[in-house]
Amino acid sequence: MKHSPAVSVREVSKYYDQVRAVDTVSFEIESGAICALLGGNGAGKTTLLSMLLGLLLPTCGELSILGTDMRRHRYQVLHRINFSSPYVDLPQRLTVRENLLVYGRLYGMKHLGQRLAELAGQLAITEFLDRAYGSLSAGQKTRVSLAKALLNRPAVLLLDEPTASLDPDTAASIRQLLREYQRDTGATLLMATHNMLEVERLCDDVIMLRAGKVVDRGSPDWLLQRYGRDTLEDVFIDVARDTGRVGNGGVG
Amino acid sequence: MQSLGRIYAMVLRYVYLVRRSWPRLLEMIYWPAVQLILWGFISRFFETNSTWVAQASGVLMAAVLLWDVLFRAHLGVSLAFFEEMYSRNLGHLFVSPLRVQELAGALLTISLLRTLIGIGGAALLAIPLYDFSIFGLGLPLLGFFANLLVMGWAIGLLVSGLVLRYGLGAESFAWVSIFAIAPISGIYYPVSVLPEWLQAVAWCLPSSHVFEGMRAVMFEHVFRGDLMWQAAGLNVIYLLMGAGAFLLAFNSARTHGLLLRVGE
Repeated sequence: MKHSPAVSVREVSKYYDQVRAVDTVSFEIESGAICALLGGNGAGKTTLLSMLLGLLLPTCGELSILGTDMRRHRYQVLHRINFSSPYVDLPQRLTVRENLLVYGRLYGMKHLGQRLAELAGQLAITEFLDRAYGSLSAGQKTRVSLAKALLNRPAVLLLDEPTASLDPDTAASIRQLLREYQRDTGATLLMATHNMLEVERLCDDVIMLRAGKVVDRGSPDWLLQRYGRDTLEDVFIDVARDTGRVGNGGVG
Repeated sequence: MQSLGRIYAMVLRYVYLVRRSWPRLLEMIYWPAVQLILWGFISRFFETNSTWVAQASGVLMAAVLLWDVLFRAHLGVSLAFFEEMYSRNLGHLFVSPLRVQELAGALLTISLLRTLIGIGGAALLAIPLYDFSIFGLGLPLLGFFANLLVMGWAIGLLVSGLVLRYGLGAESFAWVSIFAIAPISGIYYPVSVLPEWLQAVAWCLPSSHVFEGMRAVMFEHVFRGDLMWQAAGLNVIYLLMGAGAFLLAFNSARTHGLLLRVGE
C-alpha cells in the first residue's frame, strides 16, 4: 500500500510582477522525515514555507500537507501543523506564559498547564515564563518560539532557521529535542536553514534551491559524494554559485 | 464552540495586554472623561445663553457621549488590530487554526468592552458633576448605542483592512476616516443646518439618523422609530462593506505575501 506523503508540492510557482520567487517546484516529503530546504538568500525557501503554511497564495500549482489542499482547505489541518521563525514575533508585552496560554487556546489544547510545564522543562524556559517576551534575548526568544511551535504536538512542523541566535551548546540540545520529538511522535519536520552543521546532524533529506528552483536533492552523505566535497558548506557554495561542479545536475 | 474558544483566546490576549499596561487602561477612560468635562462646562454656559440648548438641558453632553461611542468603537477595532501588526504576530496567528472571521469577532468583542469601559465611566461621571444622566434617554439609548457601535465596527474593520493591505504607514486612516464624518453627522446641530447637497450625503450615514433621533427624544420627547430603522438598515450595509473590505485585504495580503512582512 502506498502511503500519501506528509508534504506534497506540485508544479508550484510564485511570481511577484516579473520576479519568479519560486519557479515550477515539485517535491514530496515522506511522513516522518526530517528534511532541509537549503539555498542562498532569495533562493525561495521562506516563500515555499509561507505557501505551505497558507500565508502566501501560489501563482499556480498545488500544495498539500497531510493530504489536505492548503490552498482551499487549510483550516482542516492547521491544528496538526505548527511553525517557528525568528522573523515572526510574539506579542512583546505579554509574558512567555501568557503568550503560550493564548496560543494553547487557539490550538484548542486540553491540559494546557501540564503541556506548558512539560515544554518549559524541555526547552529550559521555566525561569523566564513570567517575564515579558520583549525583554528576552534573541536566543531565549528562539526557544520560546519553539515552545509555541511544539505546543499542539504537530504532525508536521515547519521551521525557519530553528537554531538562529542560539549558542552552540543550546543549539545542540535543541537539535536533540527536535530529533527526539520526531522519533517519539513520527512527525515530519521541514526546515529552511543556512546552518550546514544543523543539516548534517539532523536531516536525512536535503532539497537544494537556487533562484526559486529545486536544483538537487538527496541525503547529506549522498550530496557530499555527488559533489565530491568534504562539507555541506562547500556543496552549498557550489550550488549557490552554480559552479557546474556536477556535470549531470538536476534533481537527484 | 471551538470557534468561540479561539475568539475568547484573542480577547484574553488583549486583556493580558491591557492588564499589564496602566497607560492603556487609563487612556480608555481618560479621553471620554475629558471630553465630557469640557462639554459639560460648554453646556452650562449655553443653558443660560442659548434658547435652543436651554430647551433640552444636557443635549450637548448626550451628543458628546454618543459620538464617543462611535469613536471608541472604531478605535477599539483598529487599535486592537494595530497591536497585532506592531508585534509582528500575524504570521503566527494565521498559521494557527484562527480564522479571519474569528479574528474579526475578537476585535469586535474587544471594541465593545473598551467602549463600555470608556463611555460607561464618562456617563457615570456626568451624574455627580453636571446632574445629567444619559440613562434618562430610556430604552432608545440602547438603539442609539447599538447603531453607533456597529457603525464604529464597520469603519474599524475597513481601516484595519486598509492597514493590513498598505502597512502601518496607513494607520492615519484611523483618525482621518472618523473626523471626516464628524461634521456631517449632525452631532451638535441638526442636519438641516448643512447645505442641501451635503444633507443628502449626511443621510447616507447611520450616525446622522441616530443624532436626529436623539434630539427628537430630548426636544420633542418623541421616539422616531423611522430614524432608528433607517440607521439600522444603513448599518447592515456598512458592516457588510467593512467586513468585506477586511476579508478582501486579508486575501490580498495572502497573495502579496504581506502576512509575514507586516510593518511600516
